[in-house]
Amino acid sequence: MEFHIVVCAGLVPDPLQTLEPVMGPAGPGLKNEALLPSVIDPWAAHALFEAAHLARARPGSKVWLVSLAPKAKLQQVLMVVAQKVPFDLVAVDGPANGFTDASACAAALADAIAAIPGLDRQKLLVFGGWESASRAAGTTLQMVGERLGITEQFQGVDAVTVGADGAFEVLERIEGGRHQVATCSGAPAVCGWATGSLHEPPNSPQVGMMNMRTLMPALQKARAASVPLAGAFGAAAVPSARRDTRVVKDMSPDAIAQEIVEWIRQ
Amino acid sequence: MPGTPETDSLRTLPGDDIRQVMWRFTDKFTHQMLVQSSRGVARGLVARLVAGGVRETHEWTPEKASLLQAFDEAGITALYLDPDMGGFIDGPKNFAMSLVAFELSWVDAGAATCSMAGHLGLAPIHEKGTPEQRAFYLARTCPPQPGEDRQTWRGAFCLTEPIPYVGVETGLLNGKVSIKEWPEGGEPLLQVEKRGRFITNMGFANFVTAAVDSADDRIKGSCMVILEETDPGLFDRGPATRKLVHQLSSTRDPVFSLTVPASRIIGGYTVKDGVIIPAFDHSGVIEAVFRRTRVTVGLMTSAKLLSAIEPVLRYQRTRFRGGESVTPGTARYELGLQQREDALHRLIDIWATGEASASLGFATARLFDDLDPIERRKDAILAERGIRGDRAAMKALAAVGQQAIPSIKAGTPIDDELARFVVLDAVASVLCPAVKLWNTGQGATMMREAVSLMGGYGITEDCPGFLGYKWTDAQLEATYEGPEAVQRRQLSVTMTNEVFLAQFEQWIREMRGIGARKPGTGACTLASAMTLWLWTLHHLQKATDADGAKLYKSSRQGVTFPLADALCWLLAARFQILDVLELEARAAESAEFHETAHGFTRFFTDLCHVQSAHAAGEVGRITAELVYGYNRHPSWDDVCAAGCCTAQEVDDLDTLIPGYAATARSYADVIEADGSHAPKAGPCVRLPGLQTFQSLRSRMDGCITGTRLAKDRAAEALTKVMIPEAPDYPA
Ligand SMILES: Cc1cc2nc3c(=O)[nH]c(=O)nc-3n(C[C@H](O)[C@H](O)[C@H](O)COP(=O)(O)OP(=O)(O)OC[C@H]3O[C@@H](n4cnc5c(N)ncnc54)[C@H](O)[C@@H]3O)c2cc1C
Repeated sequence: MEFHIVVCAGLVPDPLQTLEPVMGPAGPGLKNEALLPSVIDPWAAHALFEAAHLARARPGSKVWLVSLAPKAKLQQVLMVVAQKVPFDLVAVDGPANGFTDASACAAALADAIAAIPGLDRQKLLVFGGWESASRAAGTTLQMVGERLGITEQFQGVDAVTVGADGAFEVLERIEGGRHQVATCSGAPAVCGWATGSLHEPPNSPQVGMMNMRTLMPALQKARAASVPLAGAFGAAAVPSARRDTRVVKDMSPDAIAQEIVEWIRQ
Repeated sequence: MPGTPETDSLRTLPGDDIRQVMWRFTDKFTHQMLVQSSRGVARGLVARLVAGGVRETHEWTPEKASLLQAFDEAGITALYLDPDMGGFIDGPKNFAMSLVAFELSWVDAGAATCSMAGHLGLAPIHEKGTPEQRAFYLARTCPPQPGEDRQTWRGAFCLTEPIPYVGVETGLLNGKVSIKEWPEGGEPLLQVEKRGRFITNMGFANFVTAAVDSADDRIKGSCMVILEETDPGLFDRGPATRKLVHQLSSTRDPVFSLTVPASRIIGGYTVKDGVIIPAFDHSGVIEAVFRRTRVTVGLMTSAKLLSAIEPVLRYQRTRFRGGESVTPGTARYELGLQQREDALHRLIDIWATGEASASLGFATARLFDDLDPIERRKDAILAERGIRGDRAAMKALAAVGQQAIPSIKAGTPIDDELARFVVLDAVASVLCPAVKLWNTGQGATMMREAVSLMGGYGITEDCPGFLGYKWTDAQLEATYEGPEAVQRRQLSVTMTNEVFLAQFEQWIREMRGIGARKPGTGACTLASAMTLWLWTLHHLQKATDADGAKLYKSSRQGVTFPLADALCWLLAARFQILDVLELEARAAESAEFHETAHGFTRFFTDLCHVQSAHAAGEVGRITAELVYGYNRHPSWDDVCAAGCCTAQEVDDLDTLIPGYAATARSYADVIEADGSHAPKAGPCVRLPGLQTFQSLRSRMDGCITGTRLAKDRAAEALTKVMIPEAPDYPA
């Protein structure tokens, strides 16, 4: 049984940058947002690597990456992402930041997925991050699924193991560092990934070259979507650092652990 | 729009989108990917290795060896190869290799050297090898493809020998090749004896391309041969070089005493009257190789200068934070050392140098990409025109060059392919040594400045951005692949090529034109400095010293070398200006990109102005020294010196022109009757024929007007630019 896996992935600003929320004429955003480098949303990146891994194991499968993001920024990010694993691109030109409205974003993504030529809904697995590193609402993927009429949904996924008949077992994160095990009879389904278990593949320009043949034309064709910026930004502050320094020598590991536990309990 | 500009100057540090435009690879996606993949290796593994202390040993350790696999995975090893050999870039690769070296050196130039030396080892085969040699070695140096089970072969390039043999002087070869056995009708077996000194990659190389001279009447001249680690005889890697720098590359002093088939002579050979005649002597091969790889080395130092900006900015800003009285909101907290003008101005100088050297380096790498295909076609074109033999070819090319000079000067396009070759070749022959010389030499000096700006931190292993390492490493970049003297020697010849000088004249006009349209770029300052340089060259080519000896000749390095140095400043500043103009032009085409780029354009324009002033200053200093310095200063004993007269003469004239004596004493040098005179070394210098120099120089000095205002503006921008919260690689 092969799959048609669509990975929804947004962009987030490079977390090493100085990210300072500001109110602009069009709504909330980040200071110097247009100039800040972006990276692929790390949660969605895990989903992409898992998708490629699954597709490789199931000959005949195919991976699409659907991204709603400013075109110019997406192009820069593709120079890294395209080197990781093979995929086709569906680009939607629009804003990508922590302030875009999740339901409008989901609508644009669902429309883009529905319009993919040759996509077989019976083989469809919609992958993505269980939340994004910018908005962290954890709602987009659910809404994408609902709009596509997919009711089998899993969130916080760390593993998908497919059986010979196409049914699969899913590990979902629950509290206390544990997983819930579910079995799904097959596609279509939505999986919002946590970290999964795969390493980030190294960059390989060879893989990138293969991808580029289709990615750049797809990027050129990106349609613009109107996605409003939601809400208003009031104020932001960096949590104040608290430092109680005590220099202690010759303390046993057990005693150190005990002190940490007590501190946490406070 | 969110993030509306607060100021129209620099808002963040330049990102990839800006660099792609300035360095002209917006449409080269493979190159962009290569930048990302090598950056991943640099800021990942390489940074971790350096931070983890691998630079503490001279030995090639398993940790260091992990670099090779990372290079393989990231496409850096195969970069050198054409697609039919397992590579992924079709056509010339000079620019791509420069980008990789730049990215790796952003963190550690030893890592860049390690990757580059592999390409260097292969380069003689790539450039001059026979089809069989190319097929055999290129295939083996390509990392295994999925499903293949084999080892990647690594190469080393072995020219330098233990003292007193080859170093700067590549002719003093002691490595020898002789015929060990020559079976009747079969292939001769060669005996190769070569000792190397400071050979990079020697800790793990599987094959070596070595320069050797004939020690046998049956072999003509010198050649390069390929030695493999499994060849019969001695393949001793020798002791590790106890170098102070570039510890992420392996350097050793190997000894080879090996028997190899004559088919290992690079480029092949013919046999005439029982004598083996190698297709290429060693200097022919070396010339073809170094001509390209030296540009890459120059860009290593550029990367370091530009990589220093962010750590220095962060250090300056946070210098006083944490102090009891230094509370957020105070200038001391927010700006730290940036309250002090000198700290800002010096950082501007570093940044401007980094920009200029990167612009010069990348422009040169691109030029070689343009030159490569025409150079390969050159012989065919000559053959098509019925020109055979080296001497006839040289004559034909010289004639083509002469014919092209009016078009070059006029800046009109040159259609004839051979003429295009002659022009590109002439320019490349200047730019390559200029990049190697100026980027590394001046780069090392400016890296020292960067270290200074970090205070004591700068000279520790903990310095963010590894600036102390980068400074000392730069000295090796200035040395290997031909130290400064070699580059100056080459420049002193190539920069007098008439074709290059015609191009240079056109560049002067180009800069004046830019100056007229964009006065703030410093292009006009530069045009004046270029004019002064050109006048000085022409003057020195004809002039003699006080004893009548010719000034401009190869043995007079005191004349030719400084003039070569001066030229490099001009070239770097020119390419810097062109890159900023490109940014401005692309920004004008798209509103979206304009939003991103306009602040950078403003700031970089100011940097150009600053750098042009530095260049003009250097040119003024050097040319004045050369133009005046070889004349003997007039002495008080020489009453005939221009502008000197005796009191008697002055007083006699005073009787005819009342008041003359007083005026003459203030304008001329007068020796009084008792022999006394003004307290100075001699009468003031009034050399006939130097008025043009004086007026050109004073015009140039005037052109520096406004450059300090540009520097103040750029310095101000440094206090406002937003930098990342944290460095993107460990230190
Ligand atoms: C770490 C490291 C790695 C290296 N890797 C390699 C390698 O992989 N393969 C390889 O073959 N070599 C390699 N080298 C050798 C390197 O290329 C030489 O050290 C360099 O070319 C200088 O030669 P030299 O040390 O013999 O200096 P010298 O020839 O002794 O020159 C010293 C100085 O003398 C002066 N001088 C010499 N000749 C002239 C002249 N004609 N005119 C004016 N001044 C002159 C200059 O000031 C010059 O800088 C490496 C060196 C190092 C340190």
